[in-house]
Amino acid sequence: MKISYYPGCTLKNRAKDLDRYARESAKKLGFELEEIENWQCCGGSYTSANDEIVTKLASVRALAAGRDHGGVVLTVCSACYNVLSQTNHEFQVNHDFDMRVNNYLYPDLEYHGEAEVIHFLEFLRDKIGFDEVKKKVVNPLTGKKIAAYYGCLLLRPSSVLRLDDPENPTIMEDFIRAIGAEPVIYPMRNECCGGYITLEDRKSAMKQSAKVAESATEMGGEMIITACPLCMYNLRKNSGVRVEVKYFTEVLAQALGLTD
Amino acid sequence: MKQNIKDQILHISGSDVIKCMRCGKCSATCPSYDEMEYHPHQFVYMVECGDISKLMESESIYKCLSCFACVERCPRGVEPAKLIEAVRLEVIRRQGKDHLKPDDIPSLIDEDLPGQAVITAMRKYRK
Repeated sequence: MKISYYPGCTLKNRAKDLDRYARESAKKLGFELEEIENWQCCGGSYTSANDEIVTKLASVRALAAGRDHGGVVLTVCSACYNVLSQTNHEFQVNHDFDMRVNNYLYPDLEYHGEAEVIHFLEFLRDKIGFDEVKKKVVNPLTGKKIAAYYGCLLLRPSSVLRLDDPENPTIMEDFIRAIGAEPVIYPMRNECCGGYITLEDRKSAMKQSAKVAESATEMGGEMIITACPLCMYNLRKNSGVRVEVKYFTEVLAQALGLTD
Repeated sequence: MKQNIKDQILHISGSDVIKCMRCGKCSATCPSYDEMEYHPHQFVYMVECGDISKLMESESIYKCLSCFACVERCPRGVEPAKLIEAVRLEVIRRQGKDHLKPDDIPSLIDEDLPGQAVITAMRKYRK
């Protein structure tokens, strides 16, 4: 089974592990991530401004390519998932946006939000099944207490993103159970790490990421897993808390016996 | 002019400030609360009153993380983060008002910072 895959820029440089382990794990689980040709950066953030069009266009051709190759666009990065989902949704609910973008695309392309944007975790839960993942685990992380960090981009706005309940998500905890580890629930798991403000006001990012990491370790977390390169950066470099932070794809690959 | 800017901000954000019932939940849940001179609930009230120039001059517009906690948790669907984004856009769309310039970037990054952070900041802070 081949799935159209949108890696995103950061997975091509600073977050190569997030990408590599996703591809390797997919193969082991019986599907192949087929990179969409000529994809472009999603823009990193989706503006909520009603009057902007240009800043929402970056991922449209990739979405159309996904529609034409299996109907699905799979992403691993939280930011790409957020931006692609919101862009796609805009086509579905905003007729004026749809019309103006299609006027611009005409005559070489037409797009109306037909693709399904899906996160790697969602694909495991809904298309593969965590039970099936569990069956393929050869190296269970038994006894490891893992704190899932959702942050903002996987869950909000929940009116558009349908990954999970925005206040009481379970998808990453179910994933952690599937790889044989023990999930740790902590209060800050769906609060912001500080994100891009590390450029504008590093102290603010340090404070936010420290709150998240401290909350996770106070509740017994020995490791934090994330799907977002920027969350990883803030938790590792800004939080000041000494705790292991890994991409969820890396621990998946480890459980599937794909790492050393 | 005052009414004009208010209409513009309401149009850009799509927020319905009249729906606010002043519960303060947006500010209570805001991770940047301590960093802000004006807090999310004040954005809502001050835009409603047309008292917008103070917001436009405040650093608070650059402190919002766009984490959407306030949008998600507002019991009235007022969507304060969208309002803050609209006020910020009202500022940075003006001539010479970029808050971040490409030349600033090299001194702000390190070898581990993901490109995602730079792209997002450029989107948020400049036009």
